[in-house]
Parts: sequence; C-alpha cells; structure tokens
Amino acid sequence: MSGRPDHHARTARSAGPPVAGSAAAFLWLAPWLTGFAVFLLAPAAMSAYYAMTDYSLLEPPVWIGAANFAELWHDPLFWKACRNTVYYATVSVTLGAVLSLCVAVLLEMHVRGRGIARAIIFLPTLVPLVAAALAWSLMYNPEAGLMNRALATIGLPKINWLGEARWAMPALIIMGLWNIGTAVVIYSAALRDVPRALYEAAEIDGVSRLGRLWHVSIPCISPAILFNVMISIIWSLQVFGAPQIMTEGGPDHATYVYQLSVYEHAFRYGRMGYASAMAWLQLLATLGIAALTLALSRRFVHHRGAA
Amino acid sequence: MNTRARTPLPGRAALTALLWITAAAYLVPLLVMLTGSVRSADAVLDPDAPILPRIGDAAQAIDNYRAVWTDGTTDFPTYLRNSLLVALLSTIGMTLSSACAAYAFARMRFPGRGPLFVLVLATLMIPSTVIIAPQFVLFKHLGWIGTFRPLWVPAFCGGAFSIFLLRQFFLTIPRELDEAAAIDGCSRAGVFWRIILPVARPALVVVALLQFIGSWNDFVGPLVFINQPHMYTVSLGVYMYQSQHGQTPWNLSMAASVIAVLPVLLVFLLAQKAIIEGVATQGLKE
Repeated sequence: MSGRPDHHARTARSAGPPVAGSAAAFLWLAPWLTGFAVFLLAPAAMSAYYAMTDYSLLEPPVWIGAANFAELWHDPLFWKACRNTVYYATVSVTLGAVLSLCVAVLLEMHVRGRGIARAIIFLPTLVPLVAAALAWSLMYNPEAGLMNRALATIGLPKINWLGEARWAMPALIIMGLWNIGTAVVIYSAALRDVPRALYEAAEIDGVSRLGRLWHVSIPCISPAILFNVMISIIWSLQVFGAPQIMTEGGPDHATYVYQLSVYEHAFRYGRMGYASAMAWLQLLATLGIAALTLALSRRFVHHRGAA
Repeated sequence: MNTRARTPLPGRAALTALLWITAAAYLVPLLVMLTGSVRSADAVLDPDAPILPRIGDAAQAIDNYRAVWTDGTTDFPTYLRNSLLVALLSTIGMTLSSACAAYAFARMRFPGRGPLFVLVLATLMIPSTVIIAPQFVLFKHLGWIGTFRPLWVPAFCGGAFSIFLLRQFFLTIPRELDEAAAIDGCSRAGVFWRIILPVARPALVVVALLQFIGSWNDFVGPLVFINQPHMYTVSLGVYMYQSQHGQTPWNLSMAASVIAVLPVLLVFLLAQKAIIEGVATQGLKE
C-alpha cells in the first residue's frame, strides 16, 4: 500500500532493454504459469467437457449434451443441497462478519495482554480441520458434551445438536464461528491504520465513542470488510470438511451441502460427469455472487486517498 | 497510539472482561480435546466429570496415547512421517516458486504485468475444492494416484497468497541495493539469490510457515488423492481412525486429535507474531 506509487516511478527507470527484460520475466513466472495452466485451467476445461458427458472414471466419457443439467433440475437433493448451502453461507457470513469486527474492536482497546488474547483467538484457524471437527463433535455430544452442560447450568433443556435436523446446521455454523481468527487479524491491522487525526477531529466535534466507531472506524476499514466478506462468502459456499466429518450430510440431509453432493457423486457414485456439471454451476454461482457483492459494495466501501 | 489508552472510558473494565471471556471461550474446544484425551472412555461421557484434566489422569493418559500410537490398525509414526514429507516438500516448492514469481512482479517490466498480477490474485478466489474432481481425473491420467505427488507437486508452481505477500515485501527493498549489486557484476539471478532472498527472509519464513501448516492440516487433498493406509497423512489417519472404527471411543479419537494438533501448536508458539502479521497483510490489498 505504502510503496505503491513510488514503485511505479521506479520501474519506469528500470534498467535494461524491455524486450529482453520481458522474456526474462516470463522465465521467472514460468512455474506459476505452468501451474496455472496444468492444475487449474486444464482441470477446469476438462470438467467443462465432462459436464456434458456420462463419465464413470472406469470407461471413457460418453457425450450426452445437457442431460446432466436437465437431471439436476429435476433432482430434489440438488435443490436441497443448494438451499442448505445458502442457509449456511448467509448465516455464517453475517454472524462471522459481526463477531470478527466486534472482537477486533475489543482487541484494539489497548488492554494489557491483548497480544495473548489475539493469539488465542487466532489459534483455532491453525488447528487441523479433522481434529477441530472431532473436538466439536464431542462438545455437541447430547449426554456429556460441554454445550449441553452449559445449557443445563442455566436451566435450559438438552439439545441433540448433531442428531436433530433443525439443530445440525446451527451447530456447524457455531463451530464455523470458532474460525474467525484470520478476519479478526485483518480487521485489527486495518483498525490500526485508521489515522489518529480522524478520531481526534471527531472527538473535538463531540462524537461519542460508539459514534466514532460507526462514522470513523467502519468507513475507514470498509475495504478490509469487503475483502473479508468476499473471502468468507466464497469459502462458505464451498463448505465441506465439517459436514463430511461430523454429520455426513445428515440427519435427514439437513447438512447435505453442495460440495458434499459434488464429492459423493464424483467419488462415491462414480458419476464424474454429473459432479462436473455441479462443480461448474457452483463456480459460476460463486463468481456471480462475488461480482454482485462487489457491485453492491461500491456504494459502501470508502477508498482512502481517492479523494 | 498510547494517548488513547490514558483516556478514561466508562465501561472499559466490562469491555476488557468481555475480551478475556471471548478469548477463554476460544480455548474451550482445545481444552475439551485435551481433557478427553486423558480420560477413560466412560469418564469422557460422564456429564459430571470435571472439565479440566487432573494430575490423577496421567496413568490413563499414557494408556490412551499408547493405544492410539501402536494400535494394530493405525500407524501414527508412519502418518506423521508422511505428513512431514508432504509438508516439507510443498513448503520448499511454494516458497521458492512464489519468490521467483514475486521477483518478476516486483522488479521486472513486461507487457501484461498488471493484468497477470490480477489473474494471480483472482485464483485466490477459486477454492481448490471446486476443481478437485477434474484434478483427480488429471492426476489419474498422469499416473499420480497412489503417490504423494498430487499433494506436493502443485506447490512447486507457487500460490497466489504467497506471491502477493512476497511481492509486497520485495517492493519495500530499496532498488539501490539491486543496482549496486548489478554494477558489481551480479546477474539478475545473482541479485535475487544474494540480495532479495536474504533481505526478505522474514517474509519467506512467514510464507514457509503458513504453507507448512496449511499442508499439514489439509484434509480434502489426502481424502481424495490418497487411497492406501500406509500413505495416510495425519489428518487422514485421524479421520479414518474415527470413521472406520464406527464406535471409536472418544478418548482415543481425542488423543489422536491432540497428536495432529501438537506440531502445529509448536510452530505457532515459536512464530506466533510472524504468522499473525503475515496473515494480516492479506487485508492490505486494494
């Protein structure tokens, strides 16, 4: 951010003839370009083709046109998976954004030992997903799990968290909120970047502390908010590990999310064509939602230095 | 910054308490894991058992960890070795290739540099899970299924976040350093190797640590690409241990989980500040 304009000025007087320079540059970029072509572009292109075929992995793909898409349209489980994923994404992105912002604001209060608090809150993002999912499964155990023990101490009835259709998705969403560390750290850094002068000016104008948060901090860190929300939308639309490990999509398909369906069709039912059709729809939907978010955000995101 | 700390604030104590309660809550699942791993199978399911481990749990703890470690159907020493191999290889590959790409973006002028960098960042938006099915087909054609290659070869092509982070750091290195070295007869590769890489060591360490942890924790990759028990990584080993036994006692699956967490925890304790600062740079992108 800081070195940017400066950097452009410097490259302008970069030494060496540009033609030889650009050949060298592409040599340095060769590993990334190769990886992009081989591990991303090629699989994406292959899956676009497979989406139009019946492909079991054991026999060569057979062209069937748009039949996979027609079948998806009439597959109630496909729509169930869509609904579940939208439910998960909407709630977890919203709650995650609010919670991570609140925690970041608390962390920037200059409390003694806040470094330790930040480390503790960040730590869960580094815990292997499998270990986290098993620990949370134990927390959700209806008999002895900590969640129900906590409910019991405040006099609430037990909940069969992962065993009951209406509670399983909330359980996964709560577990997801354990992983806000990355967003918190990004918000903290953004909050520290807010010019002190803006707070001082607001204070002189008699703006309350909460008002300063709303009218100064939030607009100033809005690019970070946009970044975090975009990333969490994209990732929550791909949620897979936790439902796979903790509920296998159950009970009664209550946590049967989109990516779980793709995985099952590809690797359990051997329907690579059908799975590819799903993956392509998912990619397009994700890009569409991301573009929409970006477009809507233009009204709210404030870019410093633009004025 | 410190002037704000001196301002008396109503409710400050309450907010401080709130922060520490939140932090404590974030530790709970890890405590549950630890406590579960040192209890007997029955005690884990006892709703009245104390929440924290006790000294008296030590004997049971040794039994649990020994049972997981050398159980006839699991082989954690092998899983740890596999995870370490994959994580180290992918860390080396990711750090080196990302540094090369970042060097080109930070120091060289070539047509399409801007759009290409946007393309790199755009791949950050495509989660690997979307293309994992076609990738499986690709790796099958390449004959890589049944090897560790799907888990580490792609890392040798670099990654968007690592390239971004290193580029940001390279831009802060004064160009005069390069120019002085060039005048002394250093080639482009020489400047990269003798000037840029040594100066950028802190950023390289962050990239390496994050890649190591990411690779160690990867679940979907091994789940899809690894199919023989002797090639399981730790994550896959823990998962299979849990799912194949069906009724795996909680205490043993918690002990297995602790084994998976410990190396990451150790890395985090050693380099906590560098890791958090590295992750924070993600938000500086505009």
